[in-house]
Amino acid sequence: MNIDLHTIWFVLVGVLFTGYAMLDGFDLGVGALHLFTTKDEERRVMMNAIGPVWDGNEVWLVVGGGALFAAFPDVYATVFSGFYLAFVLLLVALIFRAVAIEFRSKQPMRWWRQMWDISFAAGSILSALLIGVAMGNIAQGIPLDANGEYAGGLVGLLRPYPILLGITTVALFMMHGAIYGAMKTEGEFHDKLRRWAMNAIIFFVICAAGTAMATLLYVPHMAARVKDHPWLFSIALANMLAIANIPREFHRGNDWLAFLSSCATMVTLMMLFGIDQYPYMVYSSPHPENSLTIWNASSSHKTLVIMLVIAGIGVPVVLTYTACIYWIFRGKVKMDRTSY
Amino acid sequence: MDVLTLARIQFGATVAFHYLYPPLSIGLGLLLVCMEGLWLKTKNPVYHQMARFWTRVFALTFAIGVATGIVMEFEFGTNWATYSRFVGDVFGSALAAEGIFAFFLEAGFLAVLLFGWDKVSRKVHFLSTCMVCLGAHFSAVWITVANSFMQTPTGFHIVGEGLHARAEVTDFWKMVMSPSSGDRLFHALCGGWCAGAFLVVSVSAFYLLKNRHEDFALRSLRIGLTVALIASVLQAVSGDMSAREVARMQPPKLAAFEGLYETQSNAPLTLVGYVDEQDPLKPHAVGLQVPGLLSFLAWHDPHAVVKGLDQVPPADRPPVAACFMFFHGMVAIGSALLLIAALGCFFSWRKRLVNYRWFLWILVFSVLGPEIANEMGWFAAEVGRQPWIVYGLLRTPQGLSAVVRAETVLTSLILFTFIYCLLFAVFVYLLNHKIQHGPDPDDLAPHGKLAIPHLTAQ
Ligand code: HDD
Ligand code: HEM
Ligand code: HEM
Repeated sequence: MNIDLHTIWFVLVGVLFTGYAMLDGFDLGVGALHLFTTKDEERRVMMNAIGPVWDGNEVWLVVGGGALFAAFPDVYATVFSGFYLAFVLLLVALIFRAVAIEFRSKQPMRWWRQMWDISFAAGSILSALLIGVAMGNIAQGIPLDANGEYAGGLVGLLRPYPILLGITTVALFMMHGAIYGAMKTEGEFHDKLRRWAMNAIIFFVICAAGTAMATLLYVPHMAARVKDHPWLFSIALANMLAIANIPREFHRGNDWLAFLSSCATMVTLMMLFGIDQYPYMVYSSPHPENSLTIWNASSSHKTLVIMLVIAGIGVPVVLTYTACIYWIFRGKVKMDRTSY
Repeated sequence: MDVLTLARIQFGATVAFHYLYPPLSIGLGLLLVCMEGLWLKTKNPVYHQMARFWTRVFALTFAIGVATGIVMEFEFGTNWATYSRFVGDVFGSALAAEGIFAFFLEAGFLAVLLFGWDKVSRKVHFLSTCMVCLGAHFSAVWITVANSFMQTPTGFHIVGEGLHARAEVTDFWKMVMSPSSGDRLFHALCGGWCAGAFLVVSVSAFYLLKNRHEDFALRSLRIGLTVALIASVLQAVSGDMSAREVARMQPPKLAAFEGLYETQSNAPLTLVGYVDEQDPLKPHAVGLQVPGLLSFLAWHDPHAVVKGLDQVPPADRPPVAACFMFFHGMVAIGSALLLIAALGCFFSWRKRLVNYRWFLWILVFSVLGPEIANEMGWFAAEVGRQPWIVYGLLRTPQGLSAVVRAETVLTSLILFTFIYCLLFAVFVYLLNHKIQHGPDPDDLAPHGKLAIPHLTAQ
C-alpha cells in the first residue's frame, strides 16, 4: 500500500504539470506569437482569446508546486534552491506576462502598448524556455551530494541538452498557442494564425526529432530504459501519430480536433518523460546513489493519504466549474466594453 | 551581508509587497457582493454602476496580487530549503489545499465576474461574484493555517535527527486548528475588510469633495462606512483575542510587544512610548503607562503575573524595539480607524457628511491606515516569532538553503526590488487614472442579459 501511494503521487504530480502544459501552454504560446503581428486590433484579439482563462490556467502551476512541496518536500527543496536564479528568472517572466495582460489596454498611447506587448511576448517566451530547460536538467540528471543537495552552479544548468529541450518547449507552446488562436478567431486573422500554426508545427517537428536523437545519445539512463522496455516505443509512436494528425485535421478545417491532437502530443510526451524517469524524481549524475526517488524524497504515509483526500474532494469540483467557465466563454472572440 | 540577512530581507520585502494587495481583494470582494446584492434586491441601477466600477479596481489589485503571490510560493524552496524539508510534510498540504480550494475558485470565477457581464444572467453573475469573494477568503484561510503552524505548532511529531529531522503530521485537524489559527485568521480577515472598506470610503469621499458623481459617491460611502465600522470593531475584538493567545503560547513575543523586561504581577500597559535600550543592562519601556492593564488584558485579572523577557536567555529574545513599534503602530492605527468609522457613520446618519470638508479629507487619507496596520501587524507577528522559524523547534538560521550563496540572493533581491518599485508605480498610476475617470455613465442602463425587463421596456 505504501509503495502504491508514492507511485500515485508521482503520477498525480505529473498530471498536474501536464495539465499546466496543456492549458497555460496555449497562453504562453499565444504570448510568444504576440509580436508577429503589428496591428493593434489583432494583438487585442489574441490577448482577449486568453483573457478570461489564463489566470485559472496558471493556478495549475501553483497547485503543481504545492503538490510537489507536500508530496515530495525534498525534491521541492533541492530543485528550487538548486535552480535558484533560473526560478527567479521564471518568476520575473511570469510576473511581466501577468501584469502586461492587465495593464496593456488601460492606456491608448502607442509607447505604452508597445512596452507591455514586448513584456508580454518576452515573458511568455522566457517562461516556456525556462520550463523546458528545467525539465531538461531533471531528465539529464544533475549532480547531487550525499544530502541530496544540488552541487553545481547556474552555468552547470545551461548544458546543450536542456537548452535544446527549452527550445523544443517554446516550439511546442507556439504550435499549441497558434492552434488555440485559430480556434478563437475568424476571417483574415484566422487564416493568418493557421499559417503560423503550420510553420510552428514544422519548427516543432524539427526540434522534437533533434530532442529524440539527443535523448538517445546524451541521456544514457533514459535510453537504457527504452531499450529494456520496447513497449515504450508504442507511446513514442502514439506521440508521432498525434503530431501528424495536427496538420491533417487542420487541412479538413477541424481546428478543434487539431487542438486535441496537440494536447495528445503533450500528454504522450509527458508520459514518456515520466515513465523514463520513474522511480527517480531527480536523477543524480554522476552519483546515481544520491538520487532523489519517490521513496526517499516523499512525505509521510499519512500526509500522502490526507493529500489524496484533499485532491479527491477538490479536483472534481475544480474540473466541473472550470469546464463551465470554458463553456461560458466558448466560441470566437468578440470585443466588447469589458475586453482588454 | 551574509546569506541569512539577505534572505530575511528578501522574504520580508517580497511578502510585504504581496500583502499590499490581498487585503484589498478580500475587502473589495466582500463589498462587491454587498453592492451587487443591493442591485439585485433594489434594482436601482446605481448599484450596478457601483459594482462595475469597483470590479475594475478589483481586477487591478487582483492581477498584482497574483503576480507577486507566485513569488512567495517559490521562495520557500529557493531561500528556505532546509525549512521546507523540515515542515514539508505538514505545511505543504496547506499550501496545496490553498491552490485547490482557493486559487482555482477565485481565478475561475473572476473570468465571469470581469468578462461575463453580458454573457450570463444576473443571478449567475452574482453567484460568480460570491465565489470570487469566497475564494479570496479561502486563500487567507489556508495560508494563515500554514503560518499558524509556524507560530504555534501542534498535531505533529519529529522524525529523524540533525540535518534529516523533520516534522510529520500525526493529527491533521489538530495541525489545522492550531491554538492560534482561528483568532489570527479572523483578525487577518477583519484587516482585509477594513482595507477594502476604507478604499471605497476614501475614493467616495474624494468624489464628494470634488462634487463629482454625488449620488454614486454618497451611496458608496454609506456601504463603505457601514462595513468599515463593523470591521474595525471586530478588528479590535479579534486583536484582543489574538493578544491573549500570544500571552499563553508565545510569552516572549507578548513581552516584546509591550517592552516588558521584568516578569511582574500588575503589569503595566504602555499606551504610547518607546523602548529605551541605551543601557544594555537595564533596557525598559518608557511612556505613558497604565499599571495593571496589561495583566488585565492578557489574563482578565489586574493582578495576574505576566512573563517578561527575563524568562528567556537573550539569545532567544526577538528584537524588542522593533516589535514594540510595529505592535503599537498597529494598535494606534486600529483605534484611529475605529474612531473615524464611528464618526463617519454618525455624520452619515445625521446626513451632515458633506458639510464637514475637513472630515472628508480625513476619509480620503484613511485608506492608508489599514494598509499600514496590516503590514505592521504581520511584521510584529513575524519579527516577534524570531529567533525561531518554527516556534521552539527550528531556528531561523537553520532553515536556510544550504547551497545558496549571498551574491545569488543579492542579485535576486535587487531584481525584485526594482521590479516591485516599477509595478507599484504603474499600479498607483492606473488606480489614479481609474479614479479620475470615475464610474461609467453607460453602466446606469444595464443591457444584454443583465437588463431588467420592466426597466428597458420603459
Ligand atoms: C487593518 C489592520 C489591523 C488593525 C487595525 C489591527 N490589526 Fe492586529 N494584526 C493585523 C492587522 C490589524 C494583521 C496584519 O492581520 C495581523 C498579522 C498576523 C495576523 O494574524 O494578523 C495582526 C496581528 C496581531 C497580533 C499578533 C498575532 C500573533 O502574533 O499571532 C495581535 C496581538 C494583534 N494583531 C492585536 C491587535 C489589536 C489589539 C488591535 C487593536 C485595535 C489590532 N491588532 C489592530
Ligand atoms: C503577508 C504578510 C506577511 C508579512 C508582511 C510577513 C513579514 C515577514 C518578515 C518581515 C519576515 C522577516 C522576519 C525576520 O527575519 O526578522 C518574515 C519571515 C518569514 N515569514 Fe512572514 N510575513 C507574512 C506572512 C507570512 C506567511 C503567511 C507565512 C507562511 C505561511 C510566512 C512565512 C515566513 C517565513 C518562512 C519567513 C522566513 C523565516 C524567518 O525569518 O523567520 N510569512 N515574514
Ligand atoms: C508567504 C506566504 C504566502 C504565499 C506563499 C502566498 C501565495 C500566493 C500565490 C501563489 C498567489 C497567486 C494565486 C493565483 O495564481 O491565483 C497568491 C495570491 C493571493 N494571496 Fe497570497 N501568499 C502568501 C501570503 C498571503 C497572505 C498572508 C494572505 C491573506 C491573508 C494572502 C492572500 C492571497 C489572496 C487573497 C490572493 C489572490 C490574489 C489577490 O487577491 O490579490 N496571501 N498568494
